[in-house]
Amino acid sequence: MNTAEERPEAPQAPAEALQAPAEAAQQPREAGRLPQIEIRNLRKVYPVPDGEVVALDNISLTMERGDIYGIIGMSGAGKSTLIRCLNRLDEPSDGQVFVDGDNVLAMSGARLRATRRRMAMIFQQFNLLMQRTVARNVRYPLEIAGVPKKQANERVRELLRLVGLEQKAGAYPSQLSGGQKQRVAIARALAGDPEMLLCDEATSALDPMTTQSILELLQEINRRLGITVVLITHEMAVIRQICNKVAILDGGRLAEQGTVDDVFLHTKSAAGKRLFGILPDQEEAAAPEPALRIVFDGAAAERPLISRAIRESGVDVNILSANIHQLNHKAYGQMLVALPETPEARKRLTDTLQALGLTVEEVHPQ
Amino acid sequence: MTWSQLGPLLWQAFGETVYMTVWASVVAYALGLPLGIWLVVTRRGHIMPRPTINAVLGVTVNFLRSIPFIIMLALLFPVTRAVMGSAIGTTSVIFPLVVSAFPYIARMVESSLLEVDRGMIEAAQSMGSTNLQIIFKVLLPEAVPSLVNGAAISVTTILAYTALASAAGGGGLGALAIVKGLNIRKFDVMYSASLLLVALVQVITVLGSRATRGLDHKRH
Ligand SMILES: Nc1ncnc2c1ncn2[C@@H]1O[C@H](COP(=O)(O)OP(=O)(O)O)[C@@H](O)[C@H]1O
Ligand SMILES: [Mg+2]
Repeated sequence: MNTAEERPEAPQAPAEALQAPAEAAQQPREAGRLPQIEIRNLRKVYPVPDGEVVALDNISLTMERGDIYGIIGMSGAGKSTLIRCLNRLDEPSDGQVFVDGDNVLAMSGARLRATRRRMAMIFQQFNLLMQRTVARNVRYPLEIAGVPKKQANERVRELLRLVGLEQKAGAYPSQLSGGQKQRVAIARALAGDPEMLLCDEATSALDPMTTQSILELLQEINRRLGITVVLITHEMAVIRQICNKVAILDGGRLAEQGTVDDVFLHTKSAAGKRLFGILPDQEEAAAPEPALRIVFDGAAAERPLISRAIRESGVDVNILSANIHQLNHKAYGQMLVALPETPEARKRLTDTLQALGLTVEEVHPQ
Repeated sequence: MTWSQLGPLLWQAFGETVYMTVWASVVAYALGLPLGIWLVVTRRGHIMPRPTINAVLGVTVNFLRSIPFIIMLALLFPVTRAVMGSAIGTTSVIFPLVVSAFPYIARMVESSLLEVDRGMIEAAQSMGSTNLQIIFKVLLPEAVPSLVNGAAISVTTILAYTALASAAGGGGLGALAIVKGLNIRKFDVMYSASLLLVALVQVITVLGSRATRGLDHKRH
């Protein structure tokens, strides 16, 4: 773990700006100047009878406005702890969390509650109030904010329409399916006009089709309302489908982070390879002979490409190895093909592949 | 004894029993409900963790609960006289009834509130609720069916205590059964007073469990 002295400064947000006095931090902000959420050197330790569990170890992440930021990891990696440290359902042991430049860990009382209202949360187990109707669940955040009843009821109707449950206003949560419950939870989370939505395994209790519809709803909320979504999952498909950025947690440490495309294409960490189902000896396999590495980044469909390349270039292709995944009908991964013998054939094949939108590079045995 | 003699006797005793039970229950709940809430929210890991206060309250409640009512009645004699003006009588015994019942009620309330799922409380916290909002809009409403069930049990317990209150000159059905019935061997008085007491317990129990079921929207 880095010591405080060794902390790398986040390049996007100079430390001076973030550590400005509270008055300055409360000035109207120029949109986009400060990251929506910045986590710095976050550490969380749980005391247990025989010592302590380090749930989070020196995590630093930056989430920008409008991101759908995925956090993925195996069970017990510290995902829930991380997201719960953002709104302080869990108290971090060390480190800092900034929301729009304001230090969340320095807040208490009314300021903390106000910040919590800006970062709504949904849960795997929905956590609806079972003795309240759907409409009264959605009205809860408005009630505690003191919104007049008439205005609140109007907003509730609007939100139920948004999540497609206006018919269920008078039902109790126990009368709903899992997917419907999560929709109510989403409507409730949106009631207080949050800027951020924290989702802790929001689809993990749902079947694949329902998962799909909830993910689409989250995406729509992100696009239409401009809400920054932080999404925790242990499923790769969820990340691929709606996230633009991803962080991989492994045993409480940040294994890697970046844009989804980048992390997926150039998976560096062992945890990432495990999650993406890439066998360590398959990935970036050393070429046994001079070869061309063809990278499929999801932009092109897989199968017809190689036959088209062969046809159009007139060069025979000898596949040495391939490790390609189908995700959402797109191909991701790499293929090694033997390097054509003549320079002309080499050039023709490379040009054709590149024209088809693939990334190609020559590799030579070490 | 004829019915015309027995009837007014039973009626008066029934009224006294209801009077003692209702007042003792109301006052005991006025003390036990807040205490039960406090026992829950001050727990470690709950919304207002105060482990020391919680431990002190817990020990005190357990101490009070461990004293049998009939002993409490005797122990409190001087205090009851000071508080109620007299140590004996139907109104005076309300004081020892309350002292015996409120720690019991506090524990009943505590166990009802502990049934409320932690996830709901966390959801409420994540929405920026104050602790008071969590207590009054989440903890108590979500626990209503269980609280009602607990109230039915608590009230029948107080009802049973009132029968013992005859030892301190409290009236009611218990006193009628023991003093008039058993001691001077009027068995018809004893049996009819006892039956009425049993019927009262049954009615409260049945109403309690009906209300519990009717109020619960968790299962459908
Ligand atoms: N309240 C707690 N007390 C002790 N250990 C905990 C507690 N909560 C979580 N942990 C531990 O912290 C680690 C991370 O947990 P969590 O954040 O829930 O993981 P994830 O959500 O990725 O499955 C695990 O090893 C877990 O056992
Ligand atoms: Mg988790």
